[in-house]
Amino acid sequence: MRDLWRRGLSLSVLIFCGSSVLLALVPLAFILFYVVTQGVTALNLDFFRHTPAPVGETGGGMANAIVGSLIVTALGALFAIPVGVLSGLYAAEYRGTRFASATRFAADTLNGVPSIVIGVFAYGVAVLPFKHFSALAGGFALGIMMIPLIMRTTEELLLLVPSSLREGALALGATRGRAVFTVVLPAALPGIVTGILLALARIAGETAPLLFTSLNNGFWSTDVKQPIATLTVQVFAYAIAPYEDWHRQAWAGALVLVAIVLLCSMLARLATARMERLHRGA
Amino acid sequence: MAAEFGARPLIWGTLYSSVLALLISTPIALGIAIFIAELAPQWLRKPLVFLTELLAAIPSIVYGLWGIFVLVPLVRQFELNTPEWLKSLPLFKGPPVGVGMLSAAIILSIMVIPFTSSVAREVLKAVPQAQREGAFALGATRWEAIRMALFYVRTGIVGAVMLGFGRALGETMAVTMVIGNNAQITTSLYAPQYTMAAVIANEFAEAADNIHLSALVEIGLVLFVVTLIINTLSRLLIWSMARPGRPSFLRATLKRAA
Repeated sequence: MRDLWRRGLSLSVLIFCGSSVLLALVPLAFILFYVVTQGVTALNLDFFRHTPAPVGETGGGMANAIVGSLIVTALGALFAIPVGVLSGLYAAEYRGTRFASATRFAADTLNGVPSIVIGVFAYGVAVLPFKHFSALAGGFALGIMMIPLIMRTTEELLLLVPSSLREGALALGATRGRAVFTVVLPAALPGIVTGILLALARIAGETAPLLFTSLNNGFWSTDVKQPIATLTVQVFAYAIAPYEDWHRQAWAGALVLVAIVLLCSMLARLATARMERLHRGA
Repeated sequence: MAAEFGARPLIWGTLYSSVLALLISTPIALGIAIFIAELAPQWLRKPLVFLTELLAAIPSIVYGLWGIFVLVPLVRQFELNTPEWLKSLPLFKGPPVGVGMLSAAIILSIMVIPFTSSVAREVLKAVPQAQREGAFALGATRWEAIRMALFYVRTGIVGAVMLGFGRALGETMAVTMVIGNNAQITTSLYAPQYTMAAVIANEFAEAADNIHLSALVEIGLVLFVVTLIINTLSRLLIWSMARPGRPSFLRATLKRAA
């Protein structure tokens, strides 16, 4: 009797575990299904060619927001890549020192800070002193979010480089700096590029830090010192507006967004798979 | 010009929505972690990991959009058809408008699942194989062996749940779009409420004067400090667990992003 109870309990827990996987996959399928079906019907060439139509007129597109997203993300990358890669280099080279551990801890903490709080910080640093919203401020906010991601992947990958490579360089009389920058870093470079792609995939979908840094812009603008439209903020603005046509456009924007994010992740995934094969082969 | 600001309903909304989300997501996330780490056949593990991590890759704004146009109408249908005996509970009182705490908690729980489950999965790997074999040798059923493993890594599991809690506290866009943005303290699941992150998102760019702006920044500070404490604690717990093998940040990030 007791045995039966134990077996029954075991079986029901196993069934629960299996069904919780299904339970999580249902919303995933549900969301992707809606984004694709709703997005495809609203997506057309005009969406990529035109700027938003005035209220009441149908048509128009998000050309300015797509370009804006690219600009803001690129600004963020421009700022985060040097900082992230160099701090990752530091943490890997001086592994074990107290300051390196502190850096690592700071990066992990920064990684957990809510994006909206990063936005508030960027507002204080990059909007308030200049007294107006700008693409630069948005890029700064996204850059702050990218730094910990890039730093930690860089560190991981530098540690994967075989120590014989570094020792060879040192044995040939290279200084430590020379060994790091001409031998170790190039060896880890493909992986670091992958890490950067992953960081880009993660921040390309961010909205909260842009709401009050790069703001929004109904017109075509590529001036980094002015407010700029971005795909995510535009989707938000359209989603909460009461116009049917804007909702359609919001779905189209969401589809483009999901496509970009998934594409970046896929590319990174392919690159890592290749790298893992290389490492195993070596 | 005088102005008064209070954050109490916002703090309540943030905590309430996050706790509800944890109540929904924790069993599911742990179920997924156990299924992938202990039960699934080898060939099924990678695809399942990929699919659950996909949930983390979808941008928050897309969750919000889906929330407004798909989830909220569904929740409204449910609220309109609430059985009478449920209505007597304070949890299920309130206007059946769809937007509100219930929608926010559901969407938050979906968003938190991949974070909790991926950490829990990694943590379960720290259980020595001998532990499982020992349990089976003593005649344990699968569940009894798994319970043993869970007990072995309990600190790490708590860390995983707290990491999810930190995520839920700071989540902004999706919550802003479905919670109804009405600052009030109530236990009702149907009532529209408000969170700290949402009020910053909604009012910051349009803050009329400096004092309003300062109040919003202060809410940001509260949010920052709370998430900082939660995240630090969870990281310490997870680290203390993962010490045997070096935790691979890269691998965790890769999985999370893809």
